[in-house]
Amino acid sequence: MDWGLFTIQMLNGLQLGVLLFLLAAGLTLVFGIMDFVNLAHGSLYMMGAYFCATLTQLTDSFLLGVVLALPLTALLGWLVELIVVRALYTHDHLDHVLATFGLILCFDTAVDYIWGPTGMAIPLPDFLNGQVTLFGGLDFPVFRLVIIFSGLLVAALLYFMVAHTRLGMLIRAGASNRTMVMALGVDIGKLFALVFAVGAAFAGFAGMLIAPITEASIGMGNDIIIVAFVVIIIGGIGSIKGAFVAAMIVGLIDTMGRSFLDQLLKVFMTAQNAETSAPALSAMAIYILMAVVLAFRPQGLFPPKVR
Amino acid sequence: MYKKITALAALGALLAAPAMAADKVKIGFVTTITTPAGVIGQDMVDAVNLAMDDIGGKMGGLDVELIIEDDAFNPPVGKQKVDKLVKQDDVDFVAGFIWSHVLLASKKSALDAGKFLISSNAGPSQLAGDQCDKNFFSASWQNDQTPMAMGEVLNQNGVKSVYVMAPNYAAGKNMIAGVERTFKGKVVGRDLTKWGKDAQLDFSAELAKAKASGADALWVFYPGKAGGALIKQYEQAGLLGQLPLYTVFTVDSIALPKLQEGNLKGVMGSLNTQHWGPDLDNPQNKKFVEGFKKKYGRYPSFYAAQSYDTIFMIKSAVEAVNGNLDDMDGMRAAMKKADFPSTRGKFTFGNNHFPIQNFYLREVVTDADGVWTTKVVKTVLENHQDPYAGECKM
Repeated sequence: MDWGLFTIQMLNGLQLGVLLFLLAAGLTLVFGIMDFVNLAHGSLYMMGAYFCATLTQLTDSFLLGVVLALPLTALLGWLVELIVVRALYTHDHLDHVLATFGLILCFDTAVDYIWGPTGMAIPLPDFLNGQVTLFGGLDFPVFRLVIIFSGLLVAALLYFMVAHTRLGMLIRAGASNRTMVMALGVDIGKLFALVFAVGAAFAGFAGMLIAPITEASIGMGNDIIIVAFVVIIIGGIGSIKGAFVAAMIVGLIDTMGRSFLDQLLKVFMTAQNAETSAPALSAMAIYILMAVVLAFRPQGLFPPKVR
Repeated sequence: MYKKITALAALGALLAAPAMAADKVKIGFVTTITTPAGVIGQDMVDAVNLAMDDIGGKMGGLDVELIIEDDAFNPPVGKQKVDKLVKQDDVDFVAGFIWSHVLLASKKSALDAGKFLISSNAGPSQLAGDQCDKNFFSASWQNDQTPMAMGEVLNQNGVKSVYVMAPNYAAGKNMIAGVERTFKGKVVGRDLTKWGKDAQLDFSAELAKAKASGADALWVFYPGKAGGALIKQYEQAGLLGQLPLYTVFTVDSIALPKLQEGNLKGVMGSLNTQHWGPDLDNPQNKKFVEGFKKKYGRYPSFYAAQSYDTIFMIKSAVEAVNGNLDDMDGMRAAMKKADFPSTRGKFTFGNNHFPIQNFYLREVVTDADGVWTTKVVKTVLENHQDPYAGECKM
């Protein structure tokens, strides 16, 4: 076992996990607390990436791009809630799915019209583009460390907000009994709009973090949103803690599968078969995990207590 | 008397008309328009439209109708589109195809209907070998050939061990087979990554493995936007200067503008092999590259060059039979001669209807206007035939 490589792959898995958490957090807030299935959450991730790419090119600064794109994505989320989502809370899940699937098509087409089909690169400033030497002489890209740290910071902030602030208390109360909270004089509509906007900002932030690595492109959110759903199902719908733990597990399983599964398979099959089946198997691993979790704990690993 | 002659002439024209069954040449062009890979399809469509302008929309006196279809990077969708082109539109030529797996899924529909099938990019080994067909022609290359040229370059540069990465689909496996065919050193590691509509674009795990493998060099095949992402991450992971990068179908006129935009200088001077380059010195290529740059404001990619060639190849066939599109044998014989101006210069077809052509080593350089592009450095393989031609009974 090459422990240096193992450590690097743990960090890579952590980075993917953090990214998934940022997406899953907004998704689980909206799905678990407001009971709204938002397939278009991935579109907000894409829009965040495009806003950031454009603003980075206009201002010549990635940091400024992120700072400006964050409120813009939140505003977009708020508008989506106001125009489309608000009317659908009382409908059943199938209507949510249909409406938000329509939103995905609208967003993808809009991006095609505005930015074209080619995708956009986000240039990173030099101090983010290099590598750091970690303990034991291991090199790791600076930007991936930045993703890990900013994701963990956001997770901590979110935890604090939901568990220790008045806003968090209202969100939790609104989720368990909407009518009672309204009767106590809280504008639940405003509260949910705020939650939706915050969720959009999280998704957008994830898009801004991944775009300098893979580019902003049309439909980038549609693939990852499925994994984000897997994450919240494993973690327990509506649970921020569950989303965090599940995101880390999924990130690690995916990365470790890609890294070591072929070597494992080579023990009992030919090298060529191992190399061909390993990527397919590692892509499947998280779904197998989800099936196992659903079989033994249908509510997920950490179902929220409020229910 | 005069009236009689006119009547006779009119009658003659009427009788002749059924022989000239079609009054226009119909070309169905299948490529990827949607999904992030649409950027490749766009380059191909732009080139085809430029070729149509350059021939004035006519071949052998007939009007040309172009029907462009989107395969959505998906073999079943590609097949459906070919079925539609063949049955509903009744096209004379089915052309295009970026992806080997889409071409393999679609070929039966076109060939069983007795249509010409011309690949403007994909070159799967099956179609070059035992599944070759008299009505299939390649306007590009066989998948193995470009990486075979790169294997030779690795040998010439004294590389002893290499780590290879490619997407997990038909062409990815052909490419790896190709480089292993000629490379004399050791392949210390291989990664096949998830491909298709939800292709893997983050290669952190694979690049870490490549680095830990202790290989002399990294060899990759990542067409389209995945190529740009890979090079970016290669540089971010600090492999520049540690693990020299050799690529096929990765660094091209589609990836370079975005790499330049992102100021990823690591790609400068990197080496790739190809049968074509924008600086190849022949009149047709000059006309093509200048025309493309003038019309679209950017360098064409090899996808564009092959698509441009495809139209001229069809034109040569239609002209050889004076527009009589029922004369399949005549058109086939004409195409086999490869007697049309090609952007790659003069070449010939092998028995399996794949080109026998040169492969060049290209280096990434800055042109006179400061734009990043490639320059042909030397010829690696001369008049090279693909290794599957012997398996083709034709």
